[in-house]
Amino acid sequence: MSNLALEAINVSKRFGELRALDRVSLKLAKGGIHALLGENGAGKSTLVKCIVGFYTPDEGEVLLGERQQTIANPRDAHDLGIGMVYQHFTLIPNMTVLENLVLARPHLPAVIDWKKERRAIGERMARMPFQLPLDASVNHLAAGEKQKLEIVKQLLLDVKVLILDEPTSVLTPDEADEVLGRIRDMTRESGLSVLIITHKFREVMTYADDVTVLRRGKHAGSARVSDVDVKGLAEMMVGSEFSQTALAREAVAEQPVKLDIAGLSVEDDSGMSAIHALSLKVKAGEIVGIAGVSGNGQRELVEVLAGQRPSAGGEIRVMGEVYAGRRRDLLRHGFHCLPEEPLRNASVARMSVAENLAFRRFDQAPFSVGGFLRRGAMAVAAARAIVDFKVRPPTPDTPIGDLSGGNVQRAILARELGERQGRPMNVLVVANPCFGLDFTAVAEIHGRIMAARNAGAAVLLVSEDLDEILELSDRIHVMSAGRLVYETTPQAAEPIVIGRHMAGHGGENHVH
Amino acid sequence: MAFAPFLIPLTALALSLLLFGGFVSLAGANALEVYHSIYRGAFGTWFSWQNTLVSAAPLMLTALCTALPARLGLIVIGGEGAVVLGGLAAALTGLALIEANPWVALFGMALAAMLAGGLLIGLVGWLRHSRNVNETISSLLFNYISIAILSFLVIGVLRDPETLNKPSTHHIGETHMLGALGESSIHWGFGFGLIACLLLWILYKRTVFGFAVDMVGGNARAARLSGLPVGRIVFLVCLMGGAAAGLAGMVEVAAVHGRANTSLNAGYGYEGILIAFAARHHPLAIVPMAILFGGIRAAGSLMQRDHDLPDATSLVLQGMIFILLLASEAVFAHLARKRGGAA
Ligand SMILES: Nc1ncnc2c1ncn2[C@@H]1O[C@H](COP(=O)(O)OP(=O)(O)OP(=O)(O)O)[C@@H](O)[C@H]1O
Ligand SMILES: [Mg+2]
Repeated sequence: MSNLALEAINVSKRFGELRALDRVSLKLAKGGIHALLGENGAGKSTLVKCIVGFYTPDEGEVLLGERQQTIANPRDAHDLGIGMVYQHFTLIPNMTVLENLVLARPHLPAVIDWKKERRAIGERMARMPFQLPLDASVNHLAAGEKQKLEIVKQLLLDVKVLILDEPTSVLTPDEADEVLGRIRDMTRESGLSVLIITHKFREVMTYADDVTVLRRGKHAGSARVSDVDVKGLAEMMVGSEFSQTALAREAVAEQPVKLDIAGLSVEDDSGMSAIHALSLKVKAGEIVGIAGVSGNGQRELVEVLAGQRPSAGGEIRVMGEVYAGRRRDLLRHGFHCLPEEPLRNASVARMSVAENLAFRRFDQAPFSVGGFLRRGAMAVAAARAIVDFKVRPPTPDTPIGDLSGGNVQRAILARELGERQGRPMNVLVVANPCFGLDFTAVAEIHGRIMAARNAGAAVLLVSEDLDEILELSDRIHVMSAGRLVYETTPQAAEPIVIGRHMAGHGGENHVH
Repeated sequence: MAFAPFLIPLTALALSLLLFGGFVSLAGANALEVYHSIYRGAFGTWFSWQNTLVSAAPLMLTALCTALPARLGLIVIGGEGAVVLGGLAAALTGLALIEANPWVALFGMALAAMLAGGLLIGLVGWLRHSRNVNETISSLLFNYISIAILSFLVIGVLRDPETLNKPSTHHIGETHMLGALGESSIHWGFGFGLIACLLLWILYKRTVFGFAVDMVGGNARAARLSGLPVGRIVFLVCLMGGAAAGLAGMVEVAAVHGRANTSLNAGYGYEGILIAFAARHHPLAIVPMAILFGGIRAAGSLMQRDHDLPDATSLVLQGMIFILLLASEAVFAHLARKRGGAA
């Protein structure tokens, strides 16, 4: 008996001109956690998609415990006991948890006996690492719960090899610890083998047994986690030339208010009040961070600012004028917004990168003249933005939905933070900008947000990552249950106090 | 693959002809002879070509009624209702302008028909956007309502008492009829259809409006983020689709019947749905598809007469083409994904 659960040998895959994978090999040991690291676009998702038969590799093979196996499609993979959780959710939103779990089975009977399924899944759910309400509609689950559901969905299929593509990108550190801790227990107890893609060194160091690093589609190294340190891994990821530059926060004199939210009330999808009479001013040259546990109204706040949700009361003023998210005002006032989950919120998957980059200005010269599009001008501008923001592959006419998760994020950043033909950026709203980005990209994005601030933009940063908030903000608000419950500055901030307010136990020393 | 757009429909077409041959053999006819009849009835002679193109004219326009909203991800099947209301509005306007100059009358009829059809489908879009009413169901119901309105009026107040067998409105006057193209029997409706398909293709492909439609159809959240008026765009696109189908109704009245009656409800709207899907909602691809389906329509009676086949036989052929086209598209998309290329 071999102690390998799975082995990929010399796998290559190209997309047009781009070599996404170039003879990459990987050995997954039985009963352990193997981390797969690499920059955005290094080829991590492509490799695991080749392993489960979602893509057919151009060359190379996949062995399952010594025997060569042709895995032609994800159903074959399932029959061989391999399950995968994709980087983007694959749940059916309008169905319940139970329905999603049952429908995930590849070999369904013609008639489903829901009563029986319910009982069987209910019993097995008790032994799963996470408990989920079977009758809840997936629509109403928070990101963390959806991720747990995706994992449980695979575990219920009795997989022996579980592949997770960035399962923690949408989770808070606490949630990530819970999920990864439970999964590690399962590898110890039941011999489950796990291959996990992540951008977070902390998770690799704490939970993984082995690690493989990809760089630009090539195998850059493999090691036991006990034999490496973070610095070594970082160097393996980007080559030896990486350097970290500190953020330059320039001093700015007292400045006018550019974003003024007064008494804003918002309802969530089910008509319940999500935000109650929230007031907030952001001045030019200032980053205001909103910290909080997800699901406390942050998403609704960003959606209202993005024009994706109506407000139920109150007023938003940008540059002193009432703001309703109309296109004209957006351009005139230099209002920019980077919502979370760019593929869902900020891009059209089947349109090309060049088109997606033109969303802000497609109806202006030079992108259109007299109502007719000038696609040539769009392509030229896109080519520049792609170089500037290092989007890979550098082809403007690839549909944006084909890009790796991190590259989609970069493309949208290029649209909102990039070239503006001399128009000022007055307001910038950013939500969780670094979900799914590698560490060099995170540093670069933070640099760009800071640069926007230094250039006089009023920046509202909504993030679940407290470290990010502490690093970037000039002022910090904590949001809980739809209200701003506490205000502080990074200098005065005490993590324990912030944590208490985030959890909704502000106590007597309420500020508001 | 550059040739895929042609390969897919051609393969599907060949397969459906084979399948159809099997079907007519079972029905006791000689497949090869049936093929020959279809060819003769549809494309064999100048006379049959004219019949084919006359049938294709309203089909192009009704197909647009489904194809335009499809870019927004809406499945609108209200072409039949828009044809009926458009025809009715055209006839009423024609009667009101019976003393006017023919050009003025024709222009007025076209405008009224487009407005009637456009508002009907526009209402479908508005209900969808602001009341979340399913557009497929509402447009289907509007078909029945429109047909009922037509019957009610032509049997009742609008009826010309001289029309005994088929209750109709009064005639709009021979001098006010829409003429033919040159020496042929092909009327101007075919020209309208061609021009509409061409213009809307340019609109979708080349203009700022088409770009905005792609954004809304691809991801309404992203469109809102960019400040687009999503509701207005949904309404306008539905309005244009309905206007095209309404114009088909005007063509039927002004070029064929001279009156509004239940002949307006001849299934052009429903057939347009098939054509739109078969053409993958591409305005230019609608033209050949409409001609193909028009040909099958034109050859229907010949098949019936020469081979003693039931008159639903041409519907069977249409159905086979439709299903195989959609199926082959799914197969090709799957293959494209495996290769990792753009589907
Ligand atoms: N179907 C496709 N067509 C064209 N290019 C593609 C396609 N899929 C992936 N790519 C490109 O191939 C490269 C590798 O992509 P992959 O998704 O494997 O990256 P990744 O390592 O998972 O990155 P991330 O951390 O951003 O998710 C990227 O440059 C990506 O944009
Ligand atoms: Mg990836």
